[in-house]
Amino acid sequence: MTTPTQKAMIRFEDLRQEFTLSGNTFTALDGVNLDIADGEFVTVVGPSGCGKSTMLNAAAGLLDPTSGRVMVDDREVDGPSTRTGVIFQQYALFPWLTVRKNVEFGLELKKIPAKERREIVDHYLELVGLTRFAEALPKELSGGMKQRCAIARAYAVNPEILLMDEPFGALDALTRVHMQEQLLQTWTKERRTVMFVTHDVDESVFLASRVIVMAARPGRIFKEIKIDLPYPRTEEIRLSDEFAHLRTQVWEAVYHQPGVAEAHQ
Amino acid sequence: MAPKESIVQNKIPPAAGGIPTRKDALQTGSSALSKKSGKPSGRKLSRKALLAINVASVAAGVAGWAAVSAAGLVGLPGPVEVLVRGGELLADGTLAEDTGASLARVLSGFLLGSLLAIPIGFLMGWYQVGRAIIEPWVQFFRTIPPLALLPLVMVTMGIGETPKIFVIFLAAFLSCVISTYQGVVSVDKTLINAARVLGANSLVIFRRVVVPASSPFILVGMRIGLGAGWATVVAAELLAAPNGLGMRMQQAQQFYDMPTILVNVLVIGVLGLLMDRLLLMIEAHLTRWQERR
Ligand SMILES: Nc1ncnc2c1ncn2[C@@H]1O[C@H](COP(=O)(O)OP(=O)(O)O)[C@@H](O)[C@H]1O
Ligand SMILES: [Mg+2]
Repeated sequence: MTTPTQKAMIRFEDLRQEFTLSGNTFTALDGVNLDIADGEFVTVVGPSGCGKSTMLNAAAGLLDPTSGRVMVDDREVDGPSTRTGVIFQQYALFPWLTVRKNVEFGLELKKIPAKERREIVDHYLELVGLTRFAEALPKELSGGMKQRCAIARAYAVNPEILLMDEPFGALDALTRVHMQEQLLQTWTKERRTVMFVTHDVDESVFLASRVIVMAARPGRIFKEIKIDLPYPRTEEIRLSDEFAHLRTQVWEAVYHQPGVAEAHQ
Repeated sequence: MAPKESIVQNKIPPAAGGIPTRKDALQTGSSALSKKSGKPSGRKLSRKALLAINVASVAAGVAGWAAVSAAGLVGLPGPVEVLVRGGELLADGTLAEDTGASLARVLSGFLLGSLLAIPIGFLMGWYQVGRAIIEPWVQFFRTIPPLALLPLVMVTMGIGETPKIFVIFLAAFLSCVISTYQGVVSVDKTLINAARVLGANSLVIFRRVVVPASSPFILVGMRIGLGAGWATVVAAELLAAPNGLGMRMQQAQQFYDMPTILVNVLVIGVLGLLMDRLLLMIEAHLTRWQERR
């Protein structure tokens, strides 16, 4: 098992997030408390609409919490920071820029000299296997390649934290498994704190050292399940009895939440 | 070159009712690999075949024209007569002078209008206050055909070039400002967030996300603006001008000079088409990053 250091890299403190839509106040998150350790890989899983993205956006500094706060490295998050990389569900590549220019975007803003930028971009394109597509436009890429480009773009600015919002949600099952393995490989090579949102139970177990199961109405943390499986996660692990057992546990937590029936009343 | 659809056309939702389902059936029925299917006719014609049909259609039109004039139906001069007159007008320099004058008017009005429309459109899209100030004016003037302002403008600005350029400016400005504004408000919020988390401030977001993301809208607006400007200049010249294609037609009308009128009509049409195609090519080039369906 990984041994994350004791220090909390991301800390949700009693986070509450309300949205007002045409006069109605809606509580998307309520009483969220969570510590994610430095170097830890945590997945967040739960039914659609339970506030997973909201939680991630709050950590990214893209939201203004109604109450409570998110701390990153003991400092309150009050806006986006280059210490935190975000990978959005819809890729969010700049369609008018080539793959190389997309990856370079954050580096230019950091005022890194051109030569060094080139080296960094080459490194990350290599890491995600897009070297041959450096000059391609996003529209020429498949879904999986777009997502890899988004990952390279986020990695390039060297964030300590990666927030990933259902990054593989739009991919077919085969590509998805491949991307999961690649992501873990990259993560092992360049260790970062990762918060990974998904609605796929298998994915949540395969990637994480800890799965956070959420409940809806209001969005809150329902259960934490520790995944005591070693890294690197191999196919054998994926097909093992331990994996199956953990998957059942997470599945039951997601689909048989005792609170669900009451919350729907 | 096969005509590319503008985004405005792309945005038009499919017709309601039974048509989409029929289309869908065609699509699933034909090869799943061909993404470009979904056209009303299942089989795709080659570019060459389509071009041949275009040429045949134009040739048939000209032949029809020749037949109508030969039959002496409406006193219409035939293609040959018009061609000869065109040669005469070209030889004595009238045509060049008129074309130059009309083009100069339309281009200066168009450039001024577009140049002003782009910042104003951005202001409307980016700042709520800016929008609140500008929108009522734009909406009001949009309902008035620019030409209808010509009498007012001529009273206030005199009869020189200024009033004509001004109404063209207004025509180009109004169509471009609206589409720029729409481009800015429809920029994908995720792209803005993606830039923010990569360290972009408002200025960078504006310059590197909002401007490129709205460029397809702006270009469509410019194209519509140029079309509107061209239509307006000819009409404005009909009312009052020392030269220009519109003025020449107006003059020829007084002498029942049908060939001259037709020469000018043809030149107006061909030039309008050329300008539109040119902008369309520029647009296709600048927005080639766009996913086209
Ligand atoms: N900006 C917003 N404005 C209004 N409501 C929102 C906004 N963002 C999210 N919500 C609502 O909050 C709830 C949780 O959304 P989200 O975090 O996207 O859920 P998930 O990612 O788990 O599917 C949903 O009901 C959604 O409609
Ligand atoms: Mg979501």
